[in-house]
Amino acid sequence: MSITEGVSIDLTIVWAFIIAFAVLVYVVLDGFDLGIGMLFALEPGKSERDVMMNSVAPVWDGNETWLILGGGGLFAAFPLAYALILPALYVPIILMLLALIFRGVAFEFRWRARAWKRGWDICFIWGSGLAAFSQGIALGALLQGIAIDEAGRRYAGGWWDWLTPFTITVGVALMIGYALLGASWLVMKTTGTLQGRMRRVALRAAAGTIVFIGIVSLWTPFLQEGYYHRWFTGWGIGVAILVGLSVLGIGAFLARSLAPGRGDRAPFFLALALFVLCFGGLGVSMYPYIIPTEITIWEAAAPRASQIFMLVGALILVPIILAYTGYAYWVFRGKVTPDTGYH
Amino acid sequence: MDASAPPDAILLARIQFAFTVSFHFLFPAFTIGLASYLAVLNGLWLRTGQPHYLELFRYWVKIFALAFAMGVVSGLVMSYQFGTNWSVFSDRAGPVIGGPMAYEVLSAFFLEAGFLGIMLFGRDRVGPGLHMAACVMVAVGTAFSAFWILSVNSWMHTPAGFTIDPDTKQFLPVDYWQIIFNPSFPYRFVHTVTAAYLTTAFIVGGVGAYHLLRDRAAGRESSNATRTMFSMAMWMAVLVAPVQIVVGDLHGLNTLEHQPQKVMAMEGHYESYPEGQAPLYLFGLPNDEAQRLDYAVGIPGASSLILGHRFDAPIEGLDTIPDDEQPPVAIVFWSFRIMVAIGLLMLGLGVWALIARIRRRLYAIPSLHRAAVVMGPSGLIAVLAGWITTEVGRQPYTVYNLLRTSDSAAPLDAPAVAASLIAFVVVYFAVFGAGTWYILRLMSHEPGPSESRLAGIADGPIRTAGITPAQEEQARSRKRED
Repeated sequence: MSITEGVSIDLTIVWAFIIAFAVLVYVVLDGFDLGIGMLFALEPGKSERDVMMNSVAPVWDGNETWLILGGGGLFAAFPLAYALILPALYVPIILMLLALIFRGVAFEFRWRARAWKRGWDICFIWGSGLAAFSQGIALGALLQGIAIDEAGRRYAGGWWDWLTPFTITVGVALMIGYALLGASWLVMKTTGTLQGRMRRVALRAAAGTIVFIGIVSLWTPFLQEGYYHRWFTGWGIGVAILVGLSVLGIGAFLARSLAPGRGDRAPFFLALALFVLCFGGLGVSMYPYIIPTEITIWEAAAPRASQIFMLVGALILVPIILAYTGYAYWVFRGKVTPDTGYH
Repeated sequence: MDASAPPDAILLARIQFAFTVSFHFLFPAFTIGLASYLAVLNGLWLRTGQPHYLELFRYWVKIFALAFAMGVVSGLVMSYQFGTNWSVFSDRAGPVIGGPMAYEVLSAFFLEAGFLGIMLFGRDRVGPGLHMAACVMVAVGTAFSAFWILSVNSWMHTPAGFTIDPDTKQFLPVDYWQIIFNPSFPYRFVHTVTAAYLTTAFIVGGVGAYHLLRDRAAGRESSNATRTMFSMAMWMAVLVAPVQIVVGDLHGLNTLEHQPQKVMAMEGHYESYPEGQAPLYLFGLPNDEAQRLDYAVGIPGASSLILGHRFDAPIEGLDTIPDDEQPPVAIVFWSFRIMVAIGLLMLGLGVWALIARIRRRLYAIPSLHRAAVVMGPSGLIAVLAGWITTEVGRQPYTVYNLLRTSDSAAPLDAPAVAASLIAFVVVYFAVFGAGTWYILRLMSHEPGPSESRLAGIADGPIRTAGITPAQEEQARSRKRED
């Protein structure tokens, strides 16, 4: 450890980036899984559903692991934030976990069930939808602020504080955004009529996503004064205009790429770009707070010894994880056929 | 600062944690061993080319996928329970245990999840060598996971390598080597992983025995696969059960050194034996009110012999411990006895099978097979009983002697905790009940050549057999892509 002690980099910022990175990777990866789950509702045919599920079956488990890293990493690197946020978001978090149970087991159970296969499909749809909705609610609740006691170490609000029109709006926004990711993923992974339908679904979801990005972006600055100052004064105005134009620009490319006969891959990566951009905007809003505008990342940070211990592991292991995760995606590249699987 | 949640909310949070973690652990207890078993089966198949190894692999990999999925989703719940229901504990202990838990995610969960897809779906995509490597990675991942999470759990039993911040009251890391390899960790790790192997062995053996009995009743020859899995399981039983008993004894002595109250409760020793000759109670009804063991039946001096290795070794009892630092004795006393009894029965079955094997009658003794069927789920019961012993025995603390359970809970109202508890109970019984049903249904058909329906295209050695048009098309379209 003595080698790293001389380094003057602020490890708290490094860890904030690592956690943010984990959450972003989770959102885009499990985002398309959950989106596909919701799109099950539009595709009642057996072979279409088999294809849709098999397009993510080999990778969903790894995708969900980023959520554990987000939660576990927050616990490790910012234990105070973990201890304040989770009780505050008690209901949406529990709902998300229960929803993810139904969603996760449906991957295996629907191949084993006889009479109840449709039942597990319904669990897959509702589990995916509810998980997406709860995640959006959790994000919205964090943005609108969490009540904390004077000592700054305990959640001081009630257990329904998270439920407001704003949080519901963010929940719906995330559902539509995930549907966009899912549909554009399927454009990439499938062929024929299913792919054609998914192009049309993705186009509608893209329009919805951009409308909701607009609503949430215009609403957020009025939630707390800090956000307003950041976006609507000084250099913030410039950034706001730039981000807004970028969203519209990506949206235009996305719409064009979804026209019949265009390439299969561009829509998914453009949808990803949209998410990355929004995530960046979120970072601009929140920094330097981990709980706006009560607790900064430095107030919540674990001590330096903990940060160093974990950083060694993260610097070695995260690239390895990215390498073999990339390899797994490479192994299962290309179009999916209905009979892929070990079942 | 009033740090305590209302008492009924704390009780509900404890019930919730006990419920969700017990349910969760059933799956890893099975899949830790099964992952290794699958890697061994796949290795034997690649090395020998004997089809029954591949049949067994295909048979158990389906069961593994179900159990693993249930372990993943119930494990996700655990990683958030710390924050939702035990936020004060998380704030205080996070700087110390958060690191090892993050290492579990980074070194174990990603490894398992990343290679599970290749293990399940990738045999014909990556070739036998890399597929084997994926099987090994999944098995290694489960072992890494056990390493880190048991290190964290052990630290809560025997905290080491930390200081306490006077302002925030957080535990701060001083020496990670001491934190990870805290005094009870090596014992708990070996004991738990060995338990997982035994659990898997008895499930595999139970399924094998069930099919031996069914085949005998139907008057047909059992498949090679059935015989092989029963035989392998019984080897595990006779080799690993005695090791486990020795390891368990060592773990007990370690507990005596660091958590004497727990051993007192396990033994039912309310009173001290300063002159030695402490009895080993086989039966009794712990009475915490009166601080005595009612209707006790014991072997004189045996406890002194086991714990102190001498008949006259003095043994302290719960009379040396203040009432508010004692664990609830009855639960610890009985769960410990259940675990030990099952361990001895496992050894008995292993020895019985060994004798039958030496006499070349391993597949011919129905009473042995019936006993193996009955013992099939015994590992799961023993594992739960063992965890109840150690976790209840740590009470009333979450971090032993330093942080009380009552001071660890999140500031939640009882209705919130009660509602989520009810939701977890309903969902777990419904979902995991269905999953267990599917597993049992998979187990109810005998492994055999039908498992290898994809073997024709998937695996080198028997390439000519049974290619269906669909698979041919699949193989061709893959070739086009490349």
